[in-house]
Amino acid sequence: MTVGLFIPCYVDQFYPNAAIATLQLLEKLGVDVVYPKKQTCCGQPMANSGFSHLTGGCDDLFTELFEEFDYVVVPSGSCTLHLKDHLHSDKHPESAKGLRKKVYELVEFLTDILQVKELNAKFPYRVGVHQSCHGLRGLHLSQMTELVAPAFSKPNQLLSMVDGLELVDLDRTDECCGFGGTFCVAEEAVSSKMGKDRVADHIKHGAEYITSADLSCLMHMEGILHRQKSNVKVVHIAEILNGI
Amino acid sequence: MSSRNLILAALRENQPEFSALPDLDGPISLETEPVEKFKTLATAIGSKIFEVSNFDQIKEVIIKQFSAKARIISSFEELAAIAETDIKGINPHLLENTELAILKAQLGVAENGSMWVPELNMMQRVLPFICQHLALVVYKKDIVSNMHEAYQILGNSNTGFGAFIAGPSKTADIEQSLVLGAHGPRSMTVFIMN
Amino acid sequence: MKDHAELSEEFNKDEARVDWHDETLWFIREKRDKAVHTIPEWEWLRETGSQIKNNVLSNLSVYLEQFESNALANGVKVHWAANAAEHNEIVLSILKGHQVDRMVKSKSMLTEECHLNDYLTGNGIEVIDSDLGERIVQLANETPSHIVLPCIHKKKEEIGDLFHEFLGTAAGESDPQVLTEAARQHLRETFMTRKVALTGVNFAVAETGEFVVCTNEGNADMGAHLSEVHIASMGIEKIIPERKHLGVFLRLLTRSATGQPITTYSSHFMKPRQGQEMHIILVDNGRSRQLGRADFRNSLKCIRCGSCMNTCPVYRRSGGHSYHTAISGPIGAILAPNLDMKDYADLPFASTLCGSCSNVCPVKIDIHEQLYKWRQVLVKDGYVSPVKAISMKAMAFTFANPTVFEVAGKSGRWFMKNFPSLVSNKLNPWYKEREMPEPPKESFREWYSKNRKIT
Repeated sequence: MTVGLFIPCYVDQFYPNAAIATLQLLEKLGVDVVYPKKQTCCGQPMANSGFSHLTGGCDDLFTELFEEFDYVVVPSGSCTLHLKDHLHSDKHPESAKGLRKKVYELVEFLTDILQVKELNAKFPYRVGVHQSCHGLRGLHLSQMTELVAPAFSKPNQLLSMVDGLELVDLDRTDECCGFGGTFCVAEEAVSSKMGKDRVADHIKHGAEYITSADLSCLMHMEGILHRQKSNVKVVHIAEILNGI
Repeated sequence: MSSRNLILAALRENQPEFSALPDLDGPISLETEPVEKFKTLATAIGSKIFEVSNFDQIKEVIIKQFSAKARIISSFEELAAIAETDIKGINPHLLENTELAILKAQLGVAENGSMWVPELNMMQRVLPFICQHLALVVYKKDIVSNMHEAYQILGNSNTGFGAFIAGPSKTADIEQSLVLGAHGPRSMTVFIMN
Repeated sequence: MKDHAELSEEFNKDEARVDWHDETLWFIREKRDKAVHTIPEWEWLRETGSQIKNNVLSNLSVYLEQFESNALANGVKVHWAANAAEHNEIVLSILKGHQVDRMVKSKSMLTEECHLNDYLTGNGIEVIDSDLGERIVQLANETPSHIVLPCIHKKKEEIGDLFHEFLGTAAGESDPQVLTEAARQHLRETFMTRKVALTGVNFAVAETGEFVVCTNEGNADMGAHLSEVHIASMGIEKIIPERKHLGVFLRLLTRSATGQPITTYSSHFMKPRQGQEMHIILVDNGRSRQLGRADFRNSLKCIRCGSCMNTCPVYRRSGGHSYHTAISGPIGAILAPNLDMKDYADLPFASTLCGSCSNVCPVKIDIHEQLYKWRQVLVKDGYVSPVKAISMKAMAFTFANPTVFEVAGKSGRWFMKNFPSLVSNKLNPWYKEREMPEPPKESFREWYSKNRKIT
């Protein structure tokens, strides 16, 4: 099995440790991982702003770089969902269509494809899980609180394999953090308020770390934690699972 | 072209391809104890429940709670001793001073504590709304599990007017604080008749 | 006209009030959750409701004609209004026909959409809203901020002040019990003296020609049953095929709206009362146009429960008035651009696309997907700022060209300049309450070049 590793643009530039952890974790689990170096972005920033007609170049590039792999793994729920829902290429329509089915977010790849049952990782801290909206309601990584349906959580399933890790309960288990791409600046007031409220919920319940399968949410919450000079830190789930 | 025909023509032009109606035979949960469930739900939405087996017991409850001077109106001849039972032809505005109305519900619905009252049982349409307090009498055998069953029984009967009534009139418009007695009755008493 | 972002910024100047607004609405979302979890077949009910509404949209013209002929047979007068203006003229002509200059009205978001009150007032007609929340906003000279909870943005002390001024309650009185009693007395006099009552319509049944009005207060019934003339205004999408379908919708509506199992009153109007006149006005006002938009027609399935507002993290922190349209919140944001793309171009962007709205929707409208699709339409049709379009083109160029991206992007330099704001750092709104991440020593691709074989 050969996996193409897609590291979203902002993860590459701001959170290399999460990307390194993703790579190392997959390698430890015996996966042959390839990182095509010409990769850039999934196209979501443009599309969610209403400019999906400008993502053609991005989409073609992604399709050409990744069509050969058995799977594409992405340590970001939001980018994964965008690719699954919207990847299309006029140059390579069939490849793009096939790729939409082969793209996996890291957590679901670990639970559904690799069916990981144990991990060699230790993280002796109180951890709050932030459910990114796209991972939750788009990829169904966990059950959504709005629905009358059996509970499950793929991130929690993996985190429960980590030694010493204590999950904290939240008042609002799956409320949005307010990042929302360009929403975070276009609607600064509401976005910041949402972020502050989300962070406060974790702090109230004694979380030492906030983790998530989505770094865009974590970047948003980290920005607020830093401004508030809080000791609470954010960490991508790959870093916990890989054992920091 | 008239607006009617303009609208209909635009709709015909823009309607999507026909989509069939779904089957209503779904995994609908049935109450094993509909009367108990009805009592729980009706109480939860602010109704007071009395289980009775005759009209004397109803009278007893009423006499304890209402003064002899209060205007009481009922559709039950059995209650003629304590209530007016004929208001046919009266101007509905003249019912404004009604303290209590005691009417018959055709159905009770366990899942939400509501009761169906057709116009015929209302004496006058406005009566169950304008009275200060409302009492409904529902027979135990007429309590069904849910709204699907209720509509099965109602069929397409054209009663002119009818309402599901669930508890006293209420509002939570001011800061979500529940207040009973918004415009309609301040209280609802349910007599479940054996 | 101020847009959603500007209006929400104003709303957020009082953070304690935002917290209060958020918590009040979240409390209703929690009540909704509690109520729906008592119904094991809830998801089946939503799916069934959705499919019934799909059928309605596909056969709307037939159902309307069927409804019309059954209503006529029931002795009801049926009117058709192509737009808001025609609706308002019909109401006025009925009032004039009875030489009446005062009317009582129960909750009807359609009349808000049509700005009926302003129109009638301008024509010398006095309108009194009888729903407590609507009466409160009417006294405050405001519009409802929520379709089910019209004055959810107001504190009880502010309502107390209004009632002191207009209804003569004691100064400083803010007990909801006392205020509600004052409104009851004041509106009872109104009900007793108005010859014409207007109500909204929650559902209209094609098969029987009846319409159903749901209230908790009993105000629609008080108005209608004491009036000589009852006017019911309804959007044409309110039609459902058969009476038995009410079983599905009445189970869904109030649990979704407030967490109650059903409203206090679900009144079924079939025929006028003896000696009474009953009118139904069927209003299009852009609905037939929306029906033609394949991506957006599902918005017409809405049964106006307001659950998408209660769950929306943006709505809770921006207030209903920030949407500057009669129907606020997520559903309003996909309905409004159909009415006017220019005036409401901001609304589909007033969302993080979190998707909670679609999950609580009792008829499964794909609200957040339609928000995304409206964004594409609004950009293509030129309703978004040209500055944004230029920076988006630059971004697209960078992302389509790996060498440009790599040179631009070493250690987060390109991002510091371009992401997420697309404006310069000093003015970047990100920094108002947030820090940007520290750029690391090396990007992942730099690390990878040193530590792994390059492909």
